[in-house]
Amino acid sequence: MVDGQTLYYRDSADAVVEHDLDGLRLVFHRPSGITHIIASPLPEIWSLLDEQGCSAEALWRQLSDHYDLEGDSTGLVQHLDALATLGLARLQR
Amino acid sequence: MKHSCMLSIGPASFRIGSPWRAPIDALRELYAAYPPVKSGIADYTVRLEPAGTGRRWFRPSIAIAGDHMLADAAPMALRHGLLAAEMGMNLQMALGWRRHLLIHASSAEKDGQALIMTGESGSGKSTLAAMLGECGWRFMGDEFALIDLVTGSIHSFPRLVSLKNAAIDVMRGIVKAPARFGPLMEATPKGDIAHLVPPADAILHMRDPAEPALLLFPRFGFASELRGVSKGEAFVRLTQASTNYVALGEAGFHALHHFVDTVPAMALDYANGEEALAAIDQLWEVRS
Amino acid sequence: MSAHLLVMLLRTPERAEALNAAQWNGVIATARAERLLATLAYRLKGQVAPDALGPILESARFDAEYEKRLALWEADRAMAALAPLDVPVLLLKGAAYVAASLKAGEGRMIGDLDILVSYERIGEVEAALLAAGWEWVKPDPYDDAYYRQWMHELPPLIHRERDRMIDVHHTILPLTARPMPDAQALLADAVRLPNGLCLLSPEDRVCHAVAHMLADGDLDGGLRNLWDISCLISEIDNISALESRARHHGLHMHLARACRLVDHLYGKGKMRLTWADRLFVRRLLARNNWGSDSRKFLGLGFYVRSHLLRMPPLMLARHLWTKWRNGHRPI
Repeated sequence: MVDGQTLYYRDSADAVVEHDLDGLRLVFHRPSGITHIIASPLPEIWSLLDEQGCSAEALWRQLSDHYDLEGDSTGLVQHLDALATLGLARLQR
Repeated sequence: MKHSCMLSIGPASFRIGSPWRAPIDALRELYAAYPPVKSGIADYTVRLEPAGTGRRWFRPSIAIAGDHMLADAAPMALRHGLLAAEMGMNLQMALGWRRHLLIHASSAEKDGQALIMTGESGSGKSTLAAMLGECGWRFMGDEFALIDLVTGSIHSFPRLVSLKNAAIDVMRGIVKAPARFGPLMEATPKGDIAHLVPPADAILHMRDPAEPALLLFPRFGFASELRGVSKGEAFVRLTQASTNYVALGEAGFHALHHFVDTVPAMALDYANGEEALAAIDQLWEVRS
Repeated sequence: MSAHLLVMLLRTPERAEALNAAQWNGVIATARAERLLATLAYRLKGQVAPDALGPILESARFDAEYEKRLALWEADRAMAALAPLDVPVLLLKGAAYVAASLKAGEGRMIGDLDILVSYERIGEVEAALLAAGWEWVKPDPYDDAYYRQWMHELPPLIHRERDRMIDVHHTILPLTARPMPDAQALLADAVRLPNGLCLLSPEDRVCHAVAHMLADGDLDGGLRNLWDISCLISEIDNISALESRARHHGLHMHLARACRLVDHLYGKGKMRLTWADRLFVRRLLARNNWGSDSRKFLGLGFYVRSHLLRMPPLMLARHLWTKWRNGHRPI
């Protein structure tokens, strides 16, 4: 872990139930009882998170391996913060 | 509560209490063909209460109360007592029912399969279901469609059909027996209202479920048009049309997903009832 | 009668067998009105009861489970919002009972999230919550000024998206009330759960429940509050430790009354009740067979009494006058 970097992580896999519907991802979040409907790129980003925690930079590198991405990780941070606001991801500064 | 009655509607039962006799008499008369509540134990209690001190006798005014209540509901006139009782029962279902996923929708059954119609007030879903009930379909409900949380079947909640304004005359033209109509209640908060007792077979078979085969989003008063509705759109619209989706948690999530995944959905704009019924007949012919 | 039956069933669930349908209707309506149906459902598990009751009680238990989940999630969100401040999230009332799996939490309907923080840090806490998506419920400036000056909590906050309220307390009774509990001691002796949430010590939990019920409220929901107290006391090992703690907070008279009421309603009924106790009992059992409050006049008396306990009479007059002018009417 690099000093000063925010780590993003998610709860265990059984905290949610997921279904795909028409290109959208339905996520039922058990701890909150809230149903989220998330669209690309949130599901892709979210599926790379784990319980150990990962920095935005590291996630960016992983995403670049799978997808054609432009620019840098700043936009990714916004998406990660959005996931944290929804309660689907947690962060540790 | 000087006067009271108990009613069994679909899977639910109610006891209604009132200090005034008239609303209870009206309920007893219109629900006469419905089965009694065998156990004597009601799922919900509805109370019609005097709204404010002295309002039992002086310019009587009714506040709807019961197990579940709305804090700021406006009081109703005594002559609208029957409507108050019906609204009271709806409120208990909408706020308290957990045994099925509840969708604000009308439904009708044919050949063991159900058509579900959902939409805003004024979409015509109640009237369409009532009309279907008079031409070969079994009426299942005009207000709530109940989706089984395990099997996905549709269960019937055939309360009295609530007809508003122009729909009253439409149904008077179709249903010839005057005894099936409740009193005309004019100038209620929702306009003129009259209740229609569902057909005999609807009451007789009210405990028989049906498999959902088609979901319709009707819109009354527009040029005729039919289009498919995507699963995603249907899912979102149904969460908005459900009073208990959130309270049901994971069970609601699975039930709704299964429903939307397996039942085709269409949006139907129509200018009059006949047009809509013809379109429904066609859709029903080609259903999978 | 129904309230008597409800209390009897909570006390001795095996007597369920003797009830007839009309009595069950009354008990269910009363239990719903008192928010005790789920608690009753847990108490009646395994008892002989009519089949028709099954789905009713099951739905009640289902709702309580749902409320528990929602309450714990709100606590989780409060922790996330306050984590940068390093302020512990000390839960009060229902949320605390379910977080710690206490007997009082079984079948508990919860409502708002109540937390206790120290007075010194309340400004920071307020700012952090507002930044994390909570907003004020009531914009009335008189209410706001009253709250900040005299009450034991911030004006109510509600979360913008989740639509759930949070009450941030800095002590457990209004500053104008006569008993003056020791807020610092409450915080100092708090108990910490493995997940980081905190709650009051076992003795302080009882003191808070007692304060909340008798010194703060107008006995609305009194049967449920007393049930909570009954459950909490049953999990206390050392009663004299509880008594001396209550004395420390100035709540020993209220605790004594609560104990007599708990004994009368939910216990063996051996303690002698005072004349005033009997008035309380009448108020607590004032529900008819249809679930309505059958003692309207007595209800008003308790509302005025509860305000008297919170505010000296002159202040009360001024407060009620302003409220009246703004269009609020008690009961």
